[in-house]
Amino acid sequence: MSPKSKDLTEVIGRHPLFAGLDPTHLELVAGCASNVRFAAGQQILQEGKVANTFYLIRYGRVSVDVYSPGRGRVTIQTLHKGDVLGWSWIVEPYRWHHDARALELTRALAFEASCLRKKSDDDPAFGYALIRRFAPLIAQRLERAELQLLDVYGHVAQV
Amino acid sequence: MVPHPFRVERVQRETADTFTLTLEPAAAGIEIRYRPGQFNMLYLFGVGEVPISVSGDAASPVPLLHTVRVAGAVTRGICELGRGGTVGVRGPYGTPWPVEQAEGSDLLVIAGGIGLAPLRSVVYHLMAHREKYGRVAILYGTRSPDDLLYRSEVEQWRGRFDLDVDVTVDHAGLNWHGRVGVVTTLIQQAQFDPDNTVAMVCGPEIMMRFCVRELEDQGVDLGDIHISMERNMKCAVGFCGHCQFGPEFICKDGPVFSYQRIADLLDVREV
Repeated sequence: MSPKSKDLTEVIGRHPLFAGLDPTHLELVAGCASNVRFAAGQQILQEGKVANTFYLIRYGRVSVDVYSPGRGRVTIQTLHKGDVLGWSWIVEPYRWHHDARALELTRALAFEASCLRKKSDDDPAFGYALIRRFAPLIAQRLERAELQLLDVYGHVAQV
Repeated sequence: MVPHPFRVERVQRETADTFTLTLEPAAAGIEIRYRPGQFNMLYLFGVGEVPISVSGDAASPVPLLHTVRVAGAVTRGICELGRGGTVGVRGPYGTPWPVEQAEGSDLLVIAGGIGLAPLRSVVYHLMAHREKYGRVAILYGTRSPDDLLYRSEVEQWRGRFDLDVDVTVDHAGLNWHGRVGVVTTLIQQAQFDPDNTVAMVCGPEIMMRFCVRELEDQGVDLGDIHISMERNMKCAVGFCGHCQFGPEFICKDGPVFSYQRIADLLDVREV
């Protein structure tokens, strides 16, 4: 392992998403990772496009948006340092459900989805480990979306 | 049980449908004293009464501050009174936030929507006795940037070095530069020691439920979580039964409860 990829493995292993992952699996993950940088305003994901990457945000701020005719772009979530951007890469048909763009200079670790999926197919235990880590994240995002849909602050008793 | 007349000195618009009333006693000899989290019954003469939490500083109880959201005939009428109008006030009633018991602990003040109003008294108390607490985080979530309550004041709190203040909205347009997402996301970001933390949560019941779940996931003991409940209160002294919640009366035994005390009731539908 090169010193650079060793550093990357350490960084990834410290992230809560991958904390405690088997070291062999951690190396597999790191092998699909690279550092990326987005300028303020730069689009990162586009709804409907192929979900070929996910990101761990290391610095900066990202908005997750929905485009609504008549309302324009509506931000439904902002993501910050330490957050995971993108889970559609792990669920067929591997297409983004939302837009995402950097709100300021943003640095992240990018993980190539096809690389991870190929390694998952070759090593189902690795694939299962990934699913186990992403399933709670997906459930959490769904729960939050449910809360937003409920519009909990909009209803008051008539007095 | 007899309301005292109070004169409206000022009506401050907070959001499109929420107003803060500044009230002064309209007669001599009316003593005003309350603790953070308690509420008064505000009486719009000839129309009806509503329970509204006091949202001012308990250490300076006069003038009396009440933040009211327009939701029906009484609240609309109260908000339309204008300067010089008269409103009846009786109280204070109910249980306060456990600010003294929380001394020595980290404190999480978690508000959703107009739930910030009953917690503002807590924030004033914390700022006046800051040295008695560990880390203090004020986490506030609301529907959109236009629905932020006490906006300039929250910005001032945020400027202090001894408070962690974080705000999020459920959705926003391009002119909002803060966080977007539900209030539970702020709990994950907050710095506190779960073994020595007291949480005070106020907002819609479903929001409080999700917050409690997140706090529990973070390791906060249910006995250290306090929530403020809302029900249809009429008499405010536990006689009429309108606000009965299982064996509890929200007006008399609450509105502030330890979560542990009422957790089983919250799981029952249509109590």
